Amino acid sequence: MKLIENVSRRGFLQGVLASGVFVLSARFVPEPLWAAEGDKAAALDPNMWLSIASDGTVTIIAHRSEMGCGSRTALPLIVTDELDADWSKVRLDQAVGDPKYGDQDTDGSHSVRSSFDLMRQVGASARSMLVSAAATQWSVSPKDCSTEPHFVVHKASGRKAGYGELAAAAAKLPVPPKEDLVLKSRSEWRYIGKETTSLFDLPDIVTGKAVFGMDATMPGMVYASIEHPPVLGQKIKSYDDKATLQVAGVQKTLTIDTVKPPHLFQPLGGVAVIADNTWAAFQGRKKLKIDWDTSSHSTYNSAEFRKTLESTSRQAGKVVRNVGNVDAEFAKGGKIVEAEYYTPHLAHASMEPPVAVAEYRDGKVVAWAPTQNPQAVQDTVATALGIKKEDVTCHVTLLGGGFGRKSKPDQVAEAAILSKQLGKPVKVVWTREDDIRFDFFHSVAAMYLKASIGPDGKPTAWLQRTVYPPINSTFDASSKYADDEMGLGWNNLPFDIPNHRAENGPADYHVRIGWLRSVANIYHAFAIHSFIDELAALAKKDPAQYLLDVIGPSRIVNLDYKEDEAEDKLKYPLDTARLRRVIDIAVEKSGWAKRPKVKGRGMGIAAHRSFLTYVATVVEVEVDNRGQIHIPNVWTAVDAGTVVSPDNVRNQFEGAAVFGTSLALYGEITATNGIIDQSNFNNFQLARMNHAPRKTEVHIVESDAPPAGVGEPGVPPFAPALCNALFAATGKRVRELPLSKTKFA
Amino acid sequence: MIRLKINGKEKNFDGDPEMPLLWFLRDVAGMTGTKFGCGVSLCGACTVHRNGQPIRSCSTPMKEIGDSEITTIEGIAPMHPVQKAWMEARVPQCGYCQTGQIMTAIALLKENKNPSDQDIDTAMSGNICRCGTYQRIRAAIHQAAKETA
Ligand code: FES
Ligand code: FES
Repeated sequence: MKLIENVSRRGFLQGVLASGVFVLSARFVPEPLWAAEGDKAAALDPNMWLSIASDGTVTIIAHRSEMGCGSRTALPLIVTDELDADWSKVRLDQAVGDPKYGDQDTDGSHSVRSSFDLMRQVGASARSMLVSAAATQWSVSPKDCSTEPHFVVHKASGRKAGYGELAAAAAKLPVPPKEDLVLKSRSEWRYIGKETTSLFDLPDIVTGKAVFGMDATMPGMVYASIEHPPVLGQKIKSYDDKATLQVAGVQKTLTIDTVKPPHLFQPLGGVAVIADNTWAAFQGRKKLKIDWDTSSHSTYNSAEFRKTLESTSRQAGKVVRNVGNVDAEFAKGGKIVEAEYYTPHLAHASMEPPVAVAEYRDGKVVAWAPTQNPQAVQDTVATALGIKKEDVTCHVTLLGGGFGRKSKPDQVAEAAILSKQLGKPVKVVWTREDDIRFDFFHSVAAMYLKASIGPDGKPTAWLQRTVYPPINSTFDASSKYADDEMGLGWNNLPFDIPNHRAENGPADYHVRIGWLRSVANIYHAFAIHSFIDELAALAKKDPAQYLLDVIGPSRIVNLDYKEDEAEDKLKYPLDTARLRRVIDIAVEKSGWAKRPKVKGRGMGIAAHRSFLTYVATVVEVEVDNRGQIHIPNVWTAVDAGTVVSPDNVRNQFEGAAVFGTSLALYGEITATNGIIDQSNFNNFQLARMNHAPRKTEVHIVESDAPPAGVGEPGVPPFAPALCNALFAATGKRVRELPLSKTKFA
Repeated sequence: MIRLKINGKEKNFDGDPEMPLLWFLRDVAGMTGTKFGCGVSLCGACTVHRNGQPIRSCSTPMKEIGDSEITTIEGIAPMHPVQKAWMEARVPQCGYCQTGQIMTAIALLKENKNPSDQDIDTAMSGNICRCGTYQRIRAAIHQAAKETA
């Protein structure tokens, strides 16, 4: 058994950032799972995932990041449940980046679904060892022993021993093979699916003690603020830092080379101002005079680019799914409907701007960062400095929001590069303006949809074409077609339409493109669910009923293409019964059937499956006589399979309605001559309390199905449901976001 | 040399008098509960109290603080009824905006013991929560008002 000499505790981030690295085994817990290596201390450490101290304190490794979605709490909670431990005696240690944990990228709404079984096995293994230890002490059969939180109990003799007392003995026992593990039945769960717990970090958050990346420090560190090339790819011709060096607190300036494509997660380049504190660095930057070279991306103008995307969307693209023959059906004549939809770039705008602290010393880097992916930090920093990945240690702080931005660690590499030049630790702090102007942007997108309508008002053929600079352009500059985005609501239309074709057209990138909460589902769901609502209106049908009619009977949709991973397809078939059920619930809870049909008020619906979770959302809207949009109510029904923390799921979907409101009402990033026009919350607005939905009701479907995503799937149906509500309220059809472009008065 | 009083304690500062209080708190005094979100009074993450009134520390230069009493989240004795209500309503997601939200809410409840939804919206709309916890914030403020009534 590995001994933990240095069990770091909660609060480990306070003050000097000490490292508390656990050493140990591999991901899917190979048998013999966690071989004994000694018994010097009363600390049970069944593998790299958990330890039990003699006072009963259980320390569990959180290997995913906490950015507000609850992963850091949820995974250890699963371990705790199977261990049958008392959550109040559990401490968490945040894992450093290390491939031994498997994938640590907290994105794609997949922390729980990817780790659920493993976390259960970890807990169950330790529990089994504790039971065996007690049984041996009492000379009884383990089969006659049971557990209650933090104790092993022998009912027949009334004996009872705490986990802490048993830890030393349990540590000497062999680890049970995976096949011998007895997992709890669902009815035995004390925490999973219950309302009993809240975020582990909640007390620290409300008292201001929680340590985010912005709060991380290293002894002797200096602060840096970086002037990035205004246009992607611009190089420094020359610069003048005389005035900068006059600013009180500024120490010096340094340069970082401009990144060459593919940009990956490497720093953009620029001039860094090094100072005694953040403020001085910001002030020094304002005094820099930089002469930038030209860049091919200086031609990027959003209005023109839109025209290019739209014209591409009117031409045949690459086919990504084909059912029946849409062309033959269209050729028959009859009623044809076409519509085009457009959505702009978006910025992530997490409340905590990008930030990192790093120290380079003797060929190695230690970094502290609010990162969604500490292994990407290792890779990125290693590439930037030409060192080995193993020589980069990335500690993960809490993240002040992430939404996909913080899986890209360019700012950590910046800190490491500067530290190497300076010979001391550096904290790089991005301003809000940096954050918005130099994001990995959510892509601008144009969609073209065409349907032919049968006599019953239902589509007989449905063609959909989508065009945008792909995320892959960040990794391969020649890439023009989408890839993973296709599985995000485009090649998996769950409609019962005999002829259907989905296509994707090519586009060039001019800014870095990245994932943003629910990614391509945002524009795909907007187009699809606006279009279906248009067709319902044409058919003079109730939009919810029409949607159900077009989805058709309960069935498993045949997806003979790459949707997600193959494994997911088997474990998570696309089941229209589940989609229909969430629609039924949203319809019922919203009082849809009895909704008042008055001018200026309306309800709209959209239902979209993403990250393997089925979501239906009804939005109620009120438009006042000044054309101002108010959202009194949102009802969302969610089938995310097995749910670990229902309250957290509600919180995520309440938040998704606000996120959806921001992007629908205001979200727009544009470029002029390659320079991003927006910079702060004045011109990249986010929904505030007074414009956010007043009330969002979240209804979770009870389900035994495997767990699916919860962080992202609430976002995609929101904007189309809102726009459909606006159509109901005003008769005005919206085909482009944000809504600030459309006048309602 | 600027003298100021933060959470009842005297502090001295002899740096740039233009430096906003936010950066004094965070980088000089090592009090990191007050957050940086925008730097220009648009988000409320940096909210502290000056003589009990909520101010944006990102836009308050050190030279303007004078004799006023500054209270930060670290100066709120836990668990304040507002913090308790925050815990019960399980408000936070990422939590980054929440100290600013709590400081604004505490100031609101000092002025207005029983705020309406409208009062809460007015007081809180300067505080952005990107995670979107507004509905819980509103509920928690009502709850805290009840507790303290
Ligand atoms: S940081 Fe002060 S209001 Fe945003
Ligand atoms: S809880 Fe994340 S910004 Fe408010």
